[in-house]
Amino acid sequence: MSHHIVELKDLHYTYPDGNAALHGVSFRITHGETVAIVGANGAGKSTILLHLNGCLIPETGTVRVGDFPLTRKTLDHVRRTVGMVFQDPDDQLFMPSVYEDVAFGPLNLGLPPEDVAERVTQALSTVGALHLKDRPPYRLSGGEKRSVAIASVLSMSPSILVMDEPTSNLDPKARRQLIQLLKTFEHTIILATHDLDMVLDLCSRTIVLKKGRVEADGPTRDILQNQELLNACRLEKPLQLQSCPICNPGSGMR
Amino acid sequence: MAKIASSFLDISYLDSLSCQQSSIHRLDPRAKVIATALYIVSVVSFDKYEISGLIPFFLYPIVLIALGDLPLVYLLKKILIAAPFAVFIGMFNPLIDHAILMNLGPVGISGGWISFGSIMLRFVLTVGAVLVLIASTGFASICMSLEKMGAPNSFAVQLLFLYRYIFVLTDEASRMVRARALRAFDGRGMGFTVFTSMVGQLLLRALDRAQRIHRAMRCRGFDGEIRVTRPLAFCRRDGVFVLGWSALFVLMRLYDIPQWMGERVTGLIR
Repeated sequence: MSHHIVELKDLHYTYPDGNAALHGVSFRITHGETVAIVGANGAGKSTILLHLNGCLIPETGTVRVGDFPLTRKTLDHVRRTVGMVFQDPDDQLFMPSVYEDVAFGPLNLGLPPEDVAERVTQALSTVGALHLKDRPPYRLSGGEKRSVAIASVLSMSPSILVMDEPTSNLDPKARRQLIQLLKTFEHTIILATHDLDMVLDLCSRTIVLKKGRVEADGPTRDILQNQELLNACRLEKPLQLQSCPICNPGSGMR
Repeated sequence: MAKIASSFLDISYLDSLSCQQSSIHRLDPRAKVIATALYIVSVVSFDKYEISGLIPFFLYPIVLIALGDLPLVYLLKKILIAAPFAVFIGMFNPLIDHAILMNLGPVGISGGWISFGSIMLRFVLTVGAVLVLIASTGFASICMSLEKMGAPNSFAVQLLFLYRYIFVLTDEASRMVRARALRAFDGRGMGFTVFTSMVGQLLLRALDRAQRIHRAMRCRGFDGEIRVTRPLAFCRRDGVFVLGWSALFVLMRLYDIPQWMGERVTGLIR
């Protein structure tokens, strides 16, 4: 199915304040892949994510989502295909109740009320948050807010899920539950994160960014074992790949 | 600041009251909004020296509080918080208006004091009625009903967002104040210049957040109109509520019931 494909070709972007964030980024993500975009702070992760569903329109280079290049005209189509989960759930949950928030997208798609109700119920039960449906979002815990934010995107049935730092501010158990949840999804998933242990658990492919360029792109296991590459990109081997400091003293991170 | 933060927590308590189930809570929000609006108009439309005619109007909030099972003491406290505004509005009346209008035994009461009392009475009635409305309906439902009744969509949405993000904004402000307090010693760093730059910071952060929220909304197909599924059904019970109360308000506005009752009682005694 070609509408699950995301392709960036030689993408450049300079912010209005003159900060050049991307210098020719190219990659192609195909149907069903789970891909992590990693890199140091300021490497360009968020800028790429903002391009994936048209919050930013490419200046030079192209972004293709499915069969359409991203332009102002195809914006609606692209936004229907790509669901974006923002880093701060408070930015995403703006309606007075959880139910209304999850219904916001489907209602804007113009679906009839019965379909909206069905989609909301389904999205909320997928993330295990159906019991929260009448609560106001500002009184949920961090983990609950994250689940609801994901549901609010799932209810639009996107083919591609884009997430910015999905595990930030979550307690270890909530983080684990989120990882298990994402494993069950059949969507194409694109994550920007610093949580390399999650990347190891979840993503088969990793794209490493450095100063607005793709430094490496390949199977996660190879990339996260490449100490030299990780050092050069201000990253660290995931804890799971480091040997135990108690059993094997002196072998920890240097 | 802790005080401000906790009083905002209190707002959410007011909102949580609206989740109860009672005959008042089950009424259509529009019915309550219309009745409250009529109530406020009739209370405010009295002459400036009126006191006795206002007394019967206590009936409306009292009945709603009783039927809606709302905490009276809590609502009274909320009214007290807003009281200084009304006091400042009426404060100069006793100073300016010295004409004696009434005598209680040897004490002459000036028109200024009477109009001051009238202002305070109206304040308690109107603010009380609005608090009862919010506690029995919920802020979001009020916004939605305003929109359904033909208020401009953007107005209803602004109100809704104001309410949604006031919690986030106070959180942010109280974090900033705490951060400053932790690094300010001997009163240094607590001055006005720091305060002004903090207010500026808060504005910039709010603008940033507004942009992120707008992005999140656009990503989910927002096109300027908020659609809601909340079903509103105006049934006969709501009609009776509105008609009954508005008839009573008109009656209480046109006839001075305490005076009439007083005359009947004195007539009987004679």
